Amino acid sequence: MTIDTAKADLSSPAATSAVASKPLIALKGVSKVFSNGTTALQNMTMDVHQGEFISLLGPSGCGKSTVLRIIAGLGDVSSGAIEWPTSGHDATGKATPEISFVFQEPTLMPWATVFNNVWLPLRLKGVSKTAAREDVLGALEMVGLEKFADAYPRELSGGMKMRVSIARALVTRPKLLLMDEPFAALDEITRFKLNNDLLHLWEKFGWTVIFVTHSVFESVYLSNRIVVMAARPGRVVNDMPVDAAYPREEEFRTSTVYNDYCRKASNALHQAMGANDHL
Amino acid sequence: MSAIETDKTVDIAPAELDEPAPVAAPSDSLGERILKIVIPIAMLALLVGLWAWYVKAYNVPHYILPSPWLVAQTLVQDWGILSAALLVTLKITFSALAIALVGGVGLAVVMTQSRWIEIAIYPYAVILQVTPIVAIAPLILIYAPTTQSAILICAWIVAFFPVLSNTAQGLKSTDHNLLNLFELYGASRWQTLFLLKMPNALPYFLAGLRIAGGLALIAAVVAEFAAGSAGAGSGLAFRLQEAGFRLKIPRLFSALLLLSATGVVIFFCTSMISHLLLRRWHESALKREN
Repeated sequence: MTIDTAKADLSSPAATSAVASKPLIALKGVSKVFSNGTTALQNMTMDVHQGEFISLLGPSGCGKSTVLRIIAGLGDVSSGAIEWPTSGHDATGKATPEISFVFQEPTLMPWATVFNNVWLPLRLKGVSKTAAREDVLGALEMVGLEKFADAYPRELSGGMKMRVSIARALVTRPKLLLMDEPFAALDEITRFKLNNDLLHLWEKFGWTVIFVTHSVFESVYLSNRIVVMAARPGRVVNDMPVDAAYPREEEFRTSTVYNDYCRKASNALHQAMGANDHL
Repeated sequence: MSAIETDKTVDIAPAELDEPAPVAAPSDSLGERILKIVIPIAMLALLVGLWAWYVKAYNVPHYILPSPWLVAQTLVQDWGILSAALLVTLKITFSALAIALVGGVGLAVVMTQSRWIEIAIYPYAVILQVTPIVAIAPLILIYAPTTQSAILICAWIVAFFPVLSNTAQGLKSTDHNLLNLFELYGASRWQTLFLLKMPNALPYFLAGLRIAGGLALIAAVVAEFAAGSAGAGSGLAFRLQEAGFRLKIPRLFSALLLLSATGVVIFFCTSMISHLLLRRWHESALKREN
């Protein structure tokens, strides 16, 4: 079977290290109830390993963004625990994981140049502009925008703004990259290109990525593990590996292996939506 | 690793495939720019001409409506008296505006740091604003040490509110995602204020400044009327009133002209400041092109 042959061919350094040792994050029975009584997330248990590219796939309202925010430390859990077995901890015993977040919108400061927007995370840590210069320009080069350092966000296209947002996330050299439907608002051509660029960067640097999306095709193309979630209440219903080899290029989008996985993920998603979901 | 690196860096090409970036709209053509200057000047000449013709044709006496030429003459003749009065009015206007800016921004920052302070203070700012200044003026006159300081207080009260409410609104309307981002990167309260909330509030503050600039001048004149200040150290309001009582209509007109011109200059300056600070990034300073 095509999927099984692909499984043997795990050539990426990031993918091979995924199964090893302690997890990077351990979510243990995490629930989140909003103040209006909505259960955004119910009893979610998940281990995230170093170097994994995980997609959280699900319909809107399934709590996938909530998971991301909880992992990022934006907002508390209602019950359960989130552990960081391999990260450092500060004096109060709080974990200090090296996280970066990419939002659905580019979330750039319109009054600051591209350079100053990317400098921001370092600036908040007290790094001066001259000291940060090399890192900032390096991050901009990674996303192909080194020529646009002095431009203002309004002078850029939607895809370029998203690239700046990604450069800002990369400038701190994070171990964990959280992405909340980052390409959902882009046109398909731009999205495919950014998908490819993101994968190349991931293969090169081997971060751990948690990628929220509602696109089956995007999740299969990018990730080596798909966590399918369902809504009302938000919960995990399926956790499937995608054992296709990296690097994945445009040919992968039309391959049989890709199609098989898309069908599998689609079925899981439809089962997740169930009979009581009226769309 | 190195193999991946060499061929990948080539693949991560610039954003060629991204949709084209919006280009800055070209500035007005020369013809359009000339028209922008010519039309207002022609309109002004037309109105002044009509006025001069009316006075001459119907033989209107100068104590009813002086000709534009007489007004100009009076402006030159009475320049000593009028300029001294203008200086007093300007001093009050700009002092009031300066204190309003510092106080308005300061209070807005304090209010947005704590919701409780906002709940405690804001109603009084509103009360001060909605009570007509002429109604409070007599009280202020009693409490203030000098008439000039009473006028200053009145002008400040009027100019203060637009700065406060606009700045507070700007500080509060910061993008939630950007606030999350700052929290995620461990920004301190001051970093969030100076690097995020203040720049975000700038367009709102500048809108407040434009309103406050005009209001400060209006309030300086109204308060002087209400205070009934008189004598050598008085501002333009007193000269206006005096000219009216003595039926020196040409002087009344020149004082009025001076006052309007001052208002226009203040408006122009605040608009200019606003344009210079926002032209690189804010939608309000950009030309729309479809």
